[in-house]
Amino acid sequence: MSHLVILPVILPAVMGPFIVMVLRHHLSLTRIFSVGATVALVAVSLMLLAKASTGAVLTYELGDWPAPFGIVLVLDRLSALMVVLTAVLALIVLLYVIGSRWDARGQLFHALYQFQLMGLMGAFLTGDAFNLFVFFEVLLIASYGLMIHGGGGTRFRAGVQYVVYNLVGSAIFLFALGTIYAVTGTLNMADLAEKVAALPAGDSALIRVGAVLLLLVFAIKAAVLPLHFWLPATYANAPLPVAALFAIMTKVGAYSILRMYTLVFGPDVAVTAGLAGDWLLPAALATLALGSVGILGARELGRLVAFGAIASVGTLLVAISMFTQTAAAAGIYYMIHSTLATAALFLVADLVTERRGSAIAVARPMPQTGLISAFYFAGAIGLAGMPPLSGFIGKLFIMDAARTDPMMTTIWTVILVTSLITLVGLARTGSILFWRPFDPANGFEPRAEEPEEEDNHPTWVMRPHPRTLPFVATGALLTTLGLLTVFAGPVMSYAQATAEQLFEPSAVIDTVLRRP
Amino acid sequence: MEFLVASGIGVLTAAGLYLILRLRTFPVIVGLSLLSYAVNVFLFASGRLAANAPPILNPYKADATYTDPLPQALVLTAIVISFGMTAVIVMIALAAYLSEKDDRIDMTEETGEDA
Repeated sequence: MSHLVILPVILPAVMGPFIVMVLRHHLSLTRIFSVGATVALVAVSLMLLAKASTGAVLTYELGDWPAPFGIVLVLDRLSALMVVLTAVLALIVLLYVIGSRWDARGQLFHALYQFQLMGLMGAFLTGDAFNLFVFFEVLLIASYGLMIHGGGGTRFRAGVQYVVYNLVGSAIFLFALGTIYAVTGTLNMADLAEKVAALPAGDSALIRVGAVLLLLVFAIKAAVLPLHFWLPATYANAPLPVAALFAIMTKVGAYSILRMYTLVFGPDVAVTAGLAGDWLLPAALATLALGSVGILGARELGRLVAFGAIASVGTLLVAISMFTQTAAAAGIYYMIHSTLATAALFLVADLVTERRGSAIAVARPMPQTGLISAFYFAGAIGLAGMPPLSGFIGKLFIMDAARTDPMMTTIWTVILVTSLITLVGLARTGSILFWRPFDPANGFEPRAEEPEEEDNHPTWVMRPHPRTLPFVATGALLTTLGLLTVFAGPVMSYAQATAEQLFEPSAVIDTVLRRP
Repeated sequence: MEFLVASGIGVLTAAGLYLILRLRTFPVIVGLSLLSYAVNVFLFASGRLAANAPPILNPYKADATYTDPLPQALVLTAIVISFGMTAVIVMIALAAYLSEKDDRIDMTEETGEDA
């Protein structure tokens, strides 16, 4: 039993209260400790990835209670990958937040950020269904604080919506867990896998209800079509760097679907066979369509990227819901890509919004237009899935994996057509933002009232921005996309090994339940 | 007893859902509380109902009745979490009301009693 496995949860869990209690009045110290903790988190997660990449399954039994009686953390290839992805994204977004001084616009940003990381890490590492619920709540309660960071009436109202939606989701989660516990008598995922597989075929009604309720909860988190309504308003009204971190939150839902519906309610389990895939695939295709149409129709930059997040979750779930090994590997690759691409575009959106407001309309030219438009161009290529960046490779893998699927024509059509719509939407926005010349005589904004306007809307004032850290952070995030493209081969072979491990869960189950 | 508990959960859930659909912050928060009570009772019942039985095994009595202790631990966790969440949403809703002078949940432009 290695204590390294619990370190990604412990580190932010200690750092958060430390920042609240000791450092709350020292912004620069807070920044140093927050960055230091996140750098350490990246280091720890890379060590975990090195351990997991050998195919070993590490477990950590809390309080040394053997599973299934105690809570157990499980590190396999998939969770190690998600932990690394979260840590890297968190570090880059944190640097952006510090560089753009978003953290000084409200109280205790860094403490909430650490708690958010604790919840995310815990959700990826846990091997217990109820513990998954607890970590979901940890990451949600931190995200409520981060979402309303900086304040403002609209942001608070969007925050209320977000909290209400997620509280209803939590209630459904508990109903699902209660139902599953009532049928199987356990909540440990490995133990559940064995108990569910051993259920008599005639006695499947309750466990199917539990499985569907659980799928609903994860679909809410992942923002799948009928349950996506919380996402655009939340992401568009949250501080946009925070929305960049939230790019990983929809992936928590996708990860949970991938985990629970391969390990516990797997495709070859008799009582729940076909339950998830039959419903999820059409919903995922519809989500993808809705996201791309949303991109085309968005009038605000934040909302545009939010719909981009919905579209990428749709693509990801198309891959996951085929529930085959090759499709899951493609999905895992696309999951890395879409998280980084969405986050990068959120950062670009914040760079633009800070300079000229959030509306996608012609406005006064802003400083550093050249660099920002280059960033937008790269991010848009990533999000739309155009060559040469990794989105293209990811979509190619997914479509290749769909060739054996009975719904192949539909999947190919939807992915290709939505890619075109996304491309048109992003190109339209880019040309309005960066190319359309601002003509004061055109009636957009009378030049005579300019001095008064500047007083009323301080964010619209054109002023030099000497800060370089936001640009460095955004550039770094786009560089990770480039690296993901260049090293597509090694990453894809890791993803294939991960999928193999997911669809052969007996090794994980035996390790967790301590059987030789 | 099973019928009473089951119908109690049903009534609480129905009332909670009705209040959540009212789309004003106060009824919605009350509705969420009712829903979380329903969830708690449901979790409690998921370990089967046994009256007057301790939540521990007795090794000296072979046929001793006991209640399942795990749902009690789950309910305790769920109660704490829902309590904290209710406090958070009250604060956010209050902030939204005080800054916007409006307690509607939905963000459409229409005005009126039930818009």
